[in-house]
Amino acid sequence: MDSKITFTVNGQSRTVATDPQRPLLDVLREDLQLTGAKYGCGEGQCRACTVLLNGKAVASCMTPVAEADKQTIVTIEGLASGDKLHPVQEAFLAEGAFQCGYCTPGMILGTVGLLNELPNPSEEDILSRMQRHLCRCCHYQKLLKAIRRAAGQTAQSAAPK
Amino acid sequence: MTRDFTTDEALSPDYEETAERVDYSFGLKRRSFVQILSAGLLIAVSAPALAQRRGGRGGGGTRSIAARIHLGKDGTITVMTGKVEGGQGARAELSQAAAEELRVPLSQIQLVMADTSLVPDDGITAGSGSTPRTVPAVRQGAAAARDLLLDFACKRWNVDRNAVQLKDGKVTDAAGQRTLTYADLAASDDASKALEQPIPSDVTLTPVKEWKVFGHPASRPNGRDIVTGAHKYPSDITRPGMLYGKVLRAPSYGAKLTSVDLGPAKAMKDVVAVQDGQFVGVAAPTAFLAEQARAAIAKTAKWDLSPHPASKDLFDYLKQHAHDYPSASPFADELAKAKHALRQSYHVAYVQHAPLEPRAAVAEWTDGKLTVWTGTQNPFGCRSDLMRAFHLSEDHVRVIVPDFGGGFGGKHTGEVAEEAARLAQAASRPVSLRWTREEEFTWAYFRPAALIEAEASLDDKGTLTSWHFININSGGSAVDTPYRSGKTRCQFLRSETPLRQGSYRVLAAAANNFARESFMDELAAAAGTDPLDFRLAHLENPRLRAVLETAASRFNWKERASKKSPNTGVGLACGTEKGSYVAACVEVGISQGNITVRRVCEVFECGAILNPDNLLSQVQGAIIMGLGPALREEMRFENGEMLNASFRKYHVPRFQDVPALDIHLLNRPDLASAGAGETPIVVIAPAIANAVFHATGFRVRAMPIEVPKL
Ligand code: FES
Ligand code: FES
Repeated sequence: MDSKITFTVNGQSRTVATDPQRPLLDVLREDLQLTGAKYGCGEGQCRACTVLLNGKAVASCMTPVAEADKQTIVTIEGLASGDKLHPVQEAFLAEGAFQCGYCTPGMILGTVGLLNELPNPSEEDILSRMQRHLCRCCHYQKLLKAIRRAAGQTAQSAAPK
Repeated sequence: MTRDFTTDEALSPDYEETAERVDYSFGLKRRSFVQILSAGLLIAVSAPALAQRRGGRGGGGTRSIAARIHLGKDGTITVMTGKVEGGQGARAELSQAAAEELRVPLSQIQLVMADTSLVPDDGITAGSGSTPRTVPAVRQGAAAARDLLLDFACKRWNVDRNAVQLKDGKVTDAAGQRTLTYADLAASDDASKALEQPIPSDVTLTPVKEWKVFGHPASRPNGRDIVTGAHKYPSDITRPGMLYGKVLRAPSYGAKLTSVDLGPAKAMKDVVAVQDGQFVGVAAPTAFLAEQARAAIAKTAKWDLSPHPASKDLFDYLKQHAHDYPSASPFADELAKAKHALRQSYHVAYVQHAPLEPRAAVAEWTDGKLTVWTGTQNPFGCRSDLMRAFHLSEDHVRVIVPDFGGGFGGKHTGEVAEEAARLAQAASRPVSLRWTREEEFTWAYFRPAALIEAEASLDDKGTLTSWHFININSGGSAVDTPYRSGKTRCQFLRSETPLRQGSYRVLAAAANNFARESFMDELAAAAGTDPLDFRLAHLENPRLRAVLETAASRFNWKERASKKSPNTGVGLACGTEKGSYVAACVEVGISQGNITVRRVCEVFECGAILNPDNLLSQVQGAIIMGLGPALREEMRFENGEMLNASFRKYHVPRFQDVPALDIHLLNRPDLASAGAGETPIVVIAPAIANAVFHATGFRVRAMPIEVPKL
């Protein structure tokens, strides 16, 4: 049976009446036309579907929409402020960290989630956290450059002046 | 050297760039379809389509300038191509091609790709063909438009060609007083007539030493849309009133549907269900509901199962079913008098492309006309498939290919578009159909498995005196050896294939190079020679020698190969395919049967470099992608069912697999540019296999590579 679920997406409050078991990914894409989060496997193995749930990177394909009730979600569409890209988006663009780009929204939000938790991650932190993200174009070298670049920026701005 | 194939067809370069089609024919009973075919009614549709499949690779033929380039009165420049962008960099490269010849900044070019109602047919995007064939075609069109602008200025000012200069999209007269632009040309009276002229074949292209755009890094023109999520991939396309589809799949390979009850699906609110012969599918307002409907009717479906070989028996099966398997060694005399005679077999498993975006299509019918948005490498081929499946004429089908999420040779077909179109027809609404990962791992096509048998002889000086090489099932790409090898015969034999198979990045060249380069290492060992020296002693091609020697010296091969350190090995391999040349030296670490590729030094040469940044990305991506089939990837199946149709069980490369990479791109501005997205992959597996031998003394003869736990 459908339930009413209300959450904040990219700063806006949204209410959907839907089966609470539907994956958050489907609701974002089909009901709210936020197609930036991608389907790649539907079972937590690729993280193309990553969104931020209360600032944490989660696999939206594995998150029933009921779990998002009264929570705050950020998708790739809500990361920039107007024309100003988020620093992680800037870093990805500057490094050309995409080939087909299908993994990119998930990679960017995965990086934002990582930096929210660890503003100054070590190489090992980056590798172990990003290990769950797949890029089938195998663009990992440039992805790593972009992630390090983004990490460098946050570390700098987090450092006491 | 002789080159034997079992059939003439195999000689066509198109042979391997195809995949087994899912032959849908909707709305007609099979019998009547056959009758119509034999009555010749459908031939009018399928014959040109066939001609297009066969001839449509290069985008040749005479075309008007206007078919390639549209000049707007507002100064916009729109370039049209039938090529697609799946991450390989065609959008940037073809934009560069136009900008270079038009002498405009790269940012001024708008590139329309792969919309069959707008663009010329540049053939399938495959086989590294965009660089050698479509880049010149776009350059010619752009150069012709450039000449029109120059002529226009000369006429207007009544001066001759050497009195004008074209830079940054502006023609200036000698005094630097007057200027004219493409917008002025577009606004002139006879512009449209001039642009309707065919592109002259003798138009002059900008020589390499004058390149301003080519040879410099060009980033992906729509990169900003990629990082903001604004770009709409095929699976993101949304149409008003659109439903989401699901297709009922057979429980196993070869199973035939005998009955199904659509009732349970039709009883669900807003659900549409359809059966058309073996095709059964549903559409619903959400994918979640569509899946419930599919599951409900799946319970009612009855199937006739058919026996299917298991992957553990695969290589026996391929050999038993090989066509024209030779009854005896052709060079028995050489083998008899040789100092050393060697014979080995190599196995290469089926692998999946697993592009991150699974097959997806949105289909919409309006007044009997069909529009489809889909991720295919073959837009015009997909249009032909739709015409055939729905008995439509060319002007009733439009295929649009938005930049999509990876292909690697795995999206040459249009089955998902046909399925979406059938569902949309049943629903009288647009339908989006996105294959699941499991469908992709089961019903898409696979890189063909290979059984390769190699036999060679050496004389007492360690020189090859004969070479016999047979590829069974996987294909003829790079089956010929680049080495001088005495009496030589290289063959590709077809077999029966248990799985649906088709193209994959570099085709059979990966399997053939794996076997050849592994075998060369064994021969070097038999001859008591260093693997590098052994290869060079048999190698004449200067371009292949150059990449091999450069890789060896960058890697410090001689010193590292002569050292033995526990659990560490080094190996090398080289090869050529699609007009480009590659060599790699690798270092691996081995413990408990686990192989870690620590370092890869690869040297690659593909003629004049057009876009150095993208070339580097392609080489990096190919190397890392190549680690998968080398070390782990393998489709396993039994009783017609896939045993590992998931990223949980089928392990593709991830961040922690990335080795230290030393990539060197050899630029040869004096040579024509060849495509580069494929060939860099061919040396990875054999170099690793040879390094495993160096470390352990164990000879690897299968991909994926396994070493016994020591
Ligand atoms: S789609 Fe969610 S992890 Fe792959
Ligand atoms: S860029 Fe294609 S999947 Fe990552």
